[in-house]
Amino acid sequence: MTAEAVTALAGPVDRAEPAFDPAAEAARATAAILRDTLDGAERGVVVDSPPGAGKSTLVVRAALELAEAGRPLMVVAQTNAQVDDLVLRLAEKNPELPVGRLHSSDADPYDKALDDLPSVRTSAKAADLGGLPVVLSTAAKWAHVTVDEPWRHAIVDEAYQMRSDSLLAVAGLFERALFVGDPGQLDPFAIVGSEQWAGLSYDPSASAVTTLLAHNPGLPQHRLPVSWRLPASAAPLVSDAFYPYTPFRSGTDHGDRRLAFAVPSDGSGPDRVLDEAAASGWGLLELPARHTPRTDPEAVRAVATVVRRLLDRGGAAASERSPDPVPLTAGRIAVGTAHRDQAAAVRAALADLGVTEVTVDTANRLQGREYDVTVVLHPLSGRPDATAFHLETGRLCVLASRHRHACIVVCRAGVGDLLDDYPSTEPVQLGTAVKFPDGWEANHAVLAHLAEHRVTWRP
Amino acid sequence: MSLITTLARLEAVRTGRAQSAATVRHRHLSDRPLVFVPLTTAGEAGAPLGALAGTDRDAPHLLVVPQPRDRDLRFAFLAELADVVLPHIEAYADAVEAAERTETDPETGKRVKVEVDLCADAAQLIVPSRAGVDFVRLLGRSMRFRRTAEQDPEAPHPAPPRVPLLGRWLTHYGERARVPGSSLLLAMTDLLGRHWATGQSTLEDQHLGALLAWIDPPGGASGAEAALRAELARDADGQLLCPPAGPATDPAFDNKLLAPAIERYDRARTALAAAEDGQAADERLGALTAAEREIRALVESRTRPTWDAVWRGLDLLRELPAGAHVEDRWTRDRWSFTGHRDRILSGEPPQPRRDDAVTAANKLATREREQARLEAQEALDDPLVMAGRRLAGEAFAGEVTDVVMTYSEGKRPSPRPLVTVRTEDRPHLGDRVKVYRSLGGRPQAAEFAGQEAEGVLVLRIVDKMGRGKEPEAGSVPEKGDLVCFTLFEHEQRGGARLPDPEQTPWTHGGPPGEAAAVPEAADAQTEEDIL
Amino acid sequence: MDKASLASALGSPAVFGQSQFAFMRGNAFEARVKADGGAELLRLVHDKLDRSAEPPAGAQVPALSATGPEGRAARTSLALREATEAPGTWTLLDHPMLALDVAGSPAFLEPDAVVVHPDGSWTVVEIKSFPMLDGSADPAKVGAAARQAAVYVLALEQVAARLSPSPRVRHRILLVCPKDFSNLPTASAVDVRKQRAVTDRQLARLTRIEDIADALPEGVCFSPDLPADELTAAVEAVPATYAPECLSACELAFHCRARSREAGAVTSLGRPVRAELGGLSTVEDVLAAARGEAGDPADPAVAALRRAAALRAEALATAGGGAL
Repeated sequence: MTAEAVTALAGPVDRAEPAFDPAAEAARATAAILRDTLDGAERGVVVDSPPGAGKSTLVVRAALELAEAGRPLMVVAQTNAQVDDLVLRLAEKNPELPVGRLHSSDADPYDKALDDLPSVRTSAKAADLGGLPVVLSTAAKWAHVTVDEPWRHAIVDEAYQMRSDSLLAVAGLFERALFVGDPGQLDPFAIVGSEQWAGLSYDPSASAVTTLLAHNPGLPQHRLPVSWRLPASAAPLVSDAFYPYTPFRSGTDHGDRRLAFAVPSDGSGPDRVLDEAAASGWGLLELPARHTPRTDPEAVRAVATVVRRLLDRGGAAASERSPDPVPLTAGRIAVGTAHRDQAAAVRAALADLGVTEVTVDTANRLQGREYDVTVVLHPLSGRPDATAFHLETGRLCVLASRHRHACIVVCRAGVGDLLDDYPSTEPVQLGTAVKFPDGWEANHAVLAHLAEHRVTWRP
Repeated sequence: MSLITTLARLEAVRTGRAQSAATVRHRHLSDRPLVFVPLTTAGEAGAPLGALAGTDRDAPHLLVVPQPRDRDLRFAFLAELADVVLPHIEAYADAVEAAERTETDPETGKRVKVEVDLCADAAQLIVPSRAGVDFVRLLGRSMRFRRTAEQDPEAPHPAPPRVPLLGRWLTHYGERARVPGSSLLLAMTDLLGRHWATGQSTLEDQHLGALLAWIDPPGGASGAEAALRAELARDADGQLLCPPAGPATDPAFDNKLLAPAIERYDRARTALAAAEDGQAADERLGALTAAEREIRALVESRTRPTWDAVWRGLDLLRELPAGAHVEDRWTRDRWSFTGHRDRILSGEPPQPRRDDAVTAANKLATREREQARLEAQEALDDPLVMAGRRLAGEAFAGEVTDVVMTYSEGKRPSPRPLVTVRTEDRPHLGDRVKVYRSLGGRPQAAEFAGQEAEGVLVLRIVDKMGRGKEPEAGSVPEKGDLVCFTLFEHEQRGGARLPDPEQTPWTHGGPPGEAAAVPEAADAQTEEDIL
Repeated sequence: MDKASLASALGSPAVFGQSQFAFMRGNAFEARVKADGGAELLRLVHDKLDRSAEPPAGAQVPALSATGPEGRAARTSLALREATEAPGTWTLLDHPMLALDVAGSPAFLEPDAVVVHPDGSWTVVEIKSFPMLDGSADPAKVGAAARQAAVYVLALEQVAARLSPSPRVRHRILLVCPKDFSNLPTASAVDVRKQRAVTDRQLARLTRIEDIADALPEGVCFSPDLPADELTAAVEAVPATYAPECLSACELAFHCRARSREAGAVTSLGRPVRAELGGLSTVEDVLAAARGEAGDPADPAVAALRRAAALRAEALATAGGGAL
């Protein structure tokens, strides 16, 4: 089906429609996915999962059902942290289930917490884990495993972040698989040019899902339709800007999530933007236009000040999980940046203000994580130029979709003009599907939305 | 672009001379490179107009296609090119030394060492610019599927016997040129641009004349003036004083000089064909020869400046000492060269038009590994490159201020000395991050164990200290030593083992089946074909 | 405005111009593609874009000649309407003329061809003489063709909007190129939605032509017949930001480059150079900051420059060399 046809079918998302029951929609989607996975005739099932739509829950559930049905299962994730997280979740849901964690022979190859779980066996050799109902590892480790008899089932997690060549190395290990991932996050990349294979169905630098679907267009494709993380204030923007052809909705309604402060605003820019974000879910703290180096000291200090005030003002969050307001602690706040040196500068600025517990990381490392409030240093803030790196859709999508309550963006004025000076004039490879949305357009869409929640501030 | 390179470029603007971007030479240069300066016909997909080729800077072979649209003339050109290039390549292919290689035994599936031939050296090909590399690839593609009369007696325009073979070699060189750090086929602009920073953009550095003007400006001119002259200066006839390095020609040359010359040639040919008697034919042959000579002179006039520029560039590069790891990477080129030689000898068909899934994945993996290897080796070989890594927080250098001996726990305690390093660099170190230093050419690993104060780092050395309880002499830095550690690894691990192409999994289209066994068809020919 | 002759008059002639070989081959190829009433071209449109439709046979090729661009554009609009109102037939418009509204003024555009499908939808056809070799082509050239075609798509959409019901303008255009080393045509559908969206946004924000004119000093005139210094002054009045990429795109780039270099702008060395320099924008400012003669050491850009300068000096000293 073409992307155009998909939109035609999905139609414009009517958010006032009262009949939408998120829990029922999500349950229906999950049931269909499990049916295709357990009883379907096809060798593969693909599931698109937008941010916070319950991807891990789905993976764990599918794994448990396959194990219960007595079908040996291998799970492929992309990083050790993801593998460990899945192992912990599996053990939490079913402490009795014997689980194998295949790991590398490096030092500290897995989370030590796994050693405390009696039903989890860890080994660097696949042979040691033979016969266990579920064995989990990274794609990189699986690539070194050889088997006489392939696994009957596999689950490939974060399949959109997996490269096609990485799937090629492990696909011989299983007969059929469930592929789960978020198409809106950062694409996999190669550190060398791969243009010569562009347009080939098995371009090794493309995502695993792209190759899989090019060769198996008939595979059932599902999507999880509800984001349980993103609040009603964020889902429409994120859905429209980053998932234009596969829309999703928030599992909660306006008013289900509330953020309030015990200490009133002191009238400063950071306090005003906090109030705006508490009321609307979004806040843009706009600093005067200026070309700056990446670690723009003013912007970095502004980010740190916003976080400091967020803690000082006694923030409390109420949600469907806990109608009584829960104090907003440092552990529930994250700062997102585009570059590592920016993250380091923000950490240092926070330390100067006595804040140490707040997570500060780049978009790449924040993928898959969830917080109550996020503070984002806009990737284009103060830049004299806009490169493909800074325009990459996935980067902005990750930064704008980690929060349950509110997202505050700190940015220098003038990004709109910068974008207009750098229209995408990308080269076009024949035969490759156009990837939507375009980073340039998505940036404009987010910027236009943020402009409605702007607080200008001259520090 | 690293700030260090940016500074070098700005310094070049200020001084009017290119500045060092490297302190050693990072690419292998053969003692006898084959230089190839091709020209092509505008608007045609790789219809050669002519070339200079050879190993003697004073005596290049001039090859010309007086009428680029004539298939027979084109084949004559390609055959002549094969006569220049193939003997050069084959001379290297014939001289071998014994070497060891690890292979998978087809019966036991075990990895075993086998003794094989390795070409003692490989032929190196130098073209003026990146467009020249692309043209080599295009020539390779256009020739390798050509059928000879021997292969296909019915072929309407059989290719001279050595043409497909040259196509296969050029294809191999073109593919190898995509491997980072390889030196089988190099573009002079890339070579010079790697080693010097000019006062212009990298885009403008693609012009060989302008690039050389910055590095080695003639007669006391500033680099900027000389580069401008190289780019734009024209003679009274409107012709560029420094013709483009090709393969594309200047439109003014095409329109004012080449087109009329080709027209005269065509007329002379038509006249010769129409000659009715021997005497007329002799006269008209003379006219044709003169017309051809004129085109040859035109082609030589546009290629010779570039030819000389390439050799001038080689002179400049040879003044730099080779980096310590350059030989190691050249050995990989020799393996690549030998591998291709062996495939031809064993009668394998030409490289297919497009890679299969497994070949593509293997190539990408190799190139990523070689890219990482190149970056590490260049930094280890060249303090200027290392400076860039230090600035980026990926390495640090400093003085050892303290060494405290500690031991690992366990039955057989091993030495785990704690080394304190004072540095002004700011590496991106996190808890237990691994760092490496070069110890007699081998990497020694350490863990970041903490920071005592701003710029005072404590490292725990974890290997390369021998088997005993006490570290071997010289294996642990001493107080007062100057050390340089990197956050990146020095050696690259082997990648994942991919299936054989016959075992391509269902996710990637499944096994190739019968279709793959059929050799690639030759390109269809039409009356007005080019190439 | 003829930027090429303007550039020559300014004393910085561009290296542009076309070889007659390329020109002749391009024309020969286009003629070949459109031969026999566009039979081959229509076959490609059918094969690559609309296989479910009836194969084209005996397509309409309306005459589009008229006086002046306005007349030709009106003729084209009429032909498009007639073709759309004749369902079930294929129509080829050879070199139609389209008027695109740019900030209130019409810009006239001439695509290589527009095809009206039997279902009444319209497709832009671009014919280029660069080859498609084994199914792929130079991505920079395909990108340029896609951007060009996107403008035609927008112009066609303006024509379509005036018809009722409005016919669909397809967002996949057909790019026709020589196949491999032959001069046989082959084609590929190119999705131009991105390029169309970008162009649409650019057009929407494009400062009105009147606004550009208003911003210019009274009496500015761009005629190449003016003396060079007057002309230079006129061109200086137009804001333009030179970057090396301009060299391959604009006839005036060599002029702008000279000005940019004269002003010591670091962007004349490439846009990425600017990235880490923060507010420093001239060669002298950057070097002075690096040498410690100017700049605020608390500015991370200045601090990084000084560290870079120190590391570079140390490395060159270690290597025992120095500049050249």
